[in-house]
Amino acid sequence: MQRLTDACCGKCTHAPAEPCVKYVECRTAGPLCHDDEDCRARRRGLLSRVRREVLETPVVSVGTGTCGRGAGAMKVLEAVRAWSQNSGISVRVEETGCIGMCTAEPLFDIHAPGRTRLFFGNVRENQVSRILDAVLKNQTLPNAPRALGQLPDGHGSAWDGVNSLWEHPFFAPQNRRVLAHCGVSNPESLDAYLADGGFSAFAKAVSAMTPAEIIAEVERSGLRGRGGGGFPTGRKWRFAHETPADQKYMVCNADEGDPGAFMDRALIEGDPCRVLEGLMIAAYAIGATHAYVYIRAEYPLAIERLETAIRELRACGLLGANILDSGFSLEVHIKKGAGAFVCGEETALIHSIEGKRGMPRPRPPYPAVRGLFGKPTVINNVETLANVPPIIERGADWFAAVGTEGSRGTKVFALSGKVARTGLVEVAMGTPIRTILEDIGGGIPNGKKFKAAQIGGPSGGCLPEAWLDCGVDYESLRKAGAMMGSGGLVILDENTCMVDLARYFMEFIQKESCGTCIPCREGSRRMLEILDAICKKPDPANDAAALERFQGVTHLEHLAQVIRTTSLCGLGQSAPNPVLSTLSNFRAEYEAHVYERRCPAGVCKDFIDFRIDTEKCTGCSLCARKCPVGAIHGAPRSPYYIVPEKCVRCGACRTACRFDAVQVQ
Amino acid sequence: MSATELQALMQEIPSGDASSLIPLLQKVQEAFGYLSREAIASIAAHLHVSPAAVYGVASFYNQFRFTAPGRCHIQVCRGTACHVKGSLDVLETLQRELGIVPGETTRDGAFSLETVACVGACSLAPVVVAGGEFHANMDNEKTLKLVEKEKQVESCSD
Repeated sequence: MQRLTDACCGKCTHAPAEPCVKYVECRTAGPLCHDDEDCRARRRGLLSRVRREVLETPVVSVGTGTCGRGAGAMKVLEAVRAWSQNSGISVRVEETGCIGMCTAEPLFDIHAPGRTRLFFGNVRENQVSRILDAVLKNQTLPNAPRALGQLPDGHGSAWDGVNSLWEHPFFAPQNRRVLAHCGVSNPESLDAYLADGGFSAFAKAVSAMTPAEIIAEVERSGLRGRGGGGFPTGRKWRFAHETPADQKYMVCNADEGDPGAFMDRALIEGDPCRVLEGLMIAAYAIGATHAYVYIRAEYPLAIERLETAIRELRACGLLGANILDSGFSLEVHIKKGAGAFVCGEETALIHSIEGKRGMPRPRPPYPAVRGLFGKPTVINNVETLANVPPIIERGADWFAAVGTEGSRGTKVFALSGKVARTGLVEVAMGTPIRTILEDIGGGIPNGKKFKAAQIGGPSGGCLPEAWLDCGVDYESLRKAGAMMGSGGLVILDENTCMVDLARYFMEFIQKESCGTCIPCREGSRRMLEILDAICKKPDPANDAAALERFQGVTHLEHLAQVIRTTSLCGLGQSAPNPVLSTLSNFRAEYEAHVYERRCPAGVCKDFIDFRIDTEKCTGCSLCARKCPVGAIHGAPRSPYYIVPEKCVRCGACRTACRFDAVQVQ
Repeated sequence: MSATELQALMQEIPSGDASSLIPLLQKVQEAFGYLSREAIASIAAHLHVSPAAVYGVASFYNQFRFTAPGRCHIQVCRGTACHVKGSLDVLETLQRELGIVPGETTRDGAFSLETVACVGACSLAPVVVAGGEFHANMDNEKTLKLVEKEKQVESCSD
């Protein structure tokens, strides 16, 4: 018996061919199928090894999610393996998902026998041997780098002078429910998930609850869709459950198209089994025998880990025919999205799975009544599904105890942009944005001033300082003129131009508009043209351009309202949001562009000129060497000069200058 | 691209199963780097739909390319976090250095450039993915170095 899913001895009757209702319990608390104290002891032993309550060899876990890999986690992983070979100390090396603290990547932790897990962040591969030497050979803490924190587990003895990881300012204000396993457990090990109580919710659902009871429980919990719309999950399930059909489908929407959002990727990379368990419970509740995970092809690692998990579940009979002898059968298929933002919309997603162009169609009929291949279909977001198992396991009241009246539970945000600590953040609904920005994120770096928080991606809005105390829940954000969206939270500082940002989103939406309905297809293009005109180089000789610009501006708000009220799908209806929210919160910045023809943030390239301050310039010639277009001239040791006609305003000289002599005008 | 390899890929999918169009296009692109006219015609014949229908679906999605990518394929992330941290400058630098715009391949077939909506690594913004490898916190200088390095790799392999 190497793994929990293995049989303990010949007497064990469990096999995928002979499904048993007590399988999950038997594998963790068993055996229950036969009575043998020896088997029970061995299973207990294995369980405590999987849970790492007893440890024979040290375990080093490296966070190798996509962001970790981008920061160099694979090199760290190699260095750990090399150290293990060279030092003669055998080490079990594990790969985990992202713990959420992306600024500290690459991140790894060392679990020495009898001690607690010790986390290190920003590890370079050349530091690995020094850290491992100290911790595993000498049983001491390395001088540098300092440990990020330790994980109190109630078994190992703690390291002196090291705080608990959960007390770190990044983690302390968080409420990690959905992310509980991410970055801590091995995402490729079904055993680790089972040992942590995994699939007991699913076992409870199929053995002790009827679909109607499950739906009632989810409805009572107040869980709402985490993908953007915020529709009550239980109600969606009820619609599909009550529609009679010979075939129904369950779909997990992992087509995370919002630029600036990556929680679904991290969740699947870090805890794929939990998402699948949620999907399986949902499929059972609505009566679907086929489930699809529609996932972006840009997430190869997430797809790989999902495939591994599905294979393992199939091998032990948790997927397939007559699961746990409940009469419920389920196959899970992975469908790779092909890169279309609009496919996050339910009906477009359905068309895409059917092999068609991903264009939305009018609703009703809603997918819950007529969806994939014309059959009732429920589509839930990754995070929504990951919330389901604990609701079944611990009950709706446990779930609803956190959050606000209309928005229960927690929400994961992808915090990025101009903030000191970026990463994946899970907080209770209703937590003020200020807490996320200042306490968790550590504020704005480089002494810059906060300008806005962009929340909800291209469908959301920009909230200025005055709204910082607004809580993150569906109602408050809507009131503030933004929306929850899928949870992208991009922080902007004074160096961000809001008109440029609105233009960026408009360009994105215009490019991604599927073209089905005219308001979105034509309207987004017109809006982009107006914004382009606002940011275009002033030409005093061209009066027509000025007229066009002013006409455009007077139309902008009206155009936005028309798009909002007449577009076919949710994406079209929310397409003007970036413009409307920046217009209402940062009108002065628009006016500076329109009337004064200047960009206060110094971003819009047609309005800025780079000049060298002759007082500050030491003539070091660094800027001239860095200039990609040869626009900077001068002689060493005397001030340099930028030729405005040649300058492409890339800012390379400004970054390079060590004397702050390059200025934007 | 050989016709037999293409046939072998198509055999994995039942003939006439139009719902498998996108997975099939993905497989073909993964194997050959892009979707050639011949490939589109063969796929259409295999699935019993018109080549126009196949092209209609393929051109709808950002993932599919109709020209061969360079030996070093460079993707610039244009997500929100990357945008506010200056990915446009990085993109412009690449365009200047390589002499191509997104969607194109250099004449010698060495480089191709593409923008992607978001690679989901926002904490590393701005991100450039070159030949599948992530490059974090890019600026003009690092971009120039990256191009320099890739050009050297290129000249060594010649």
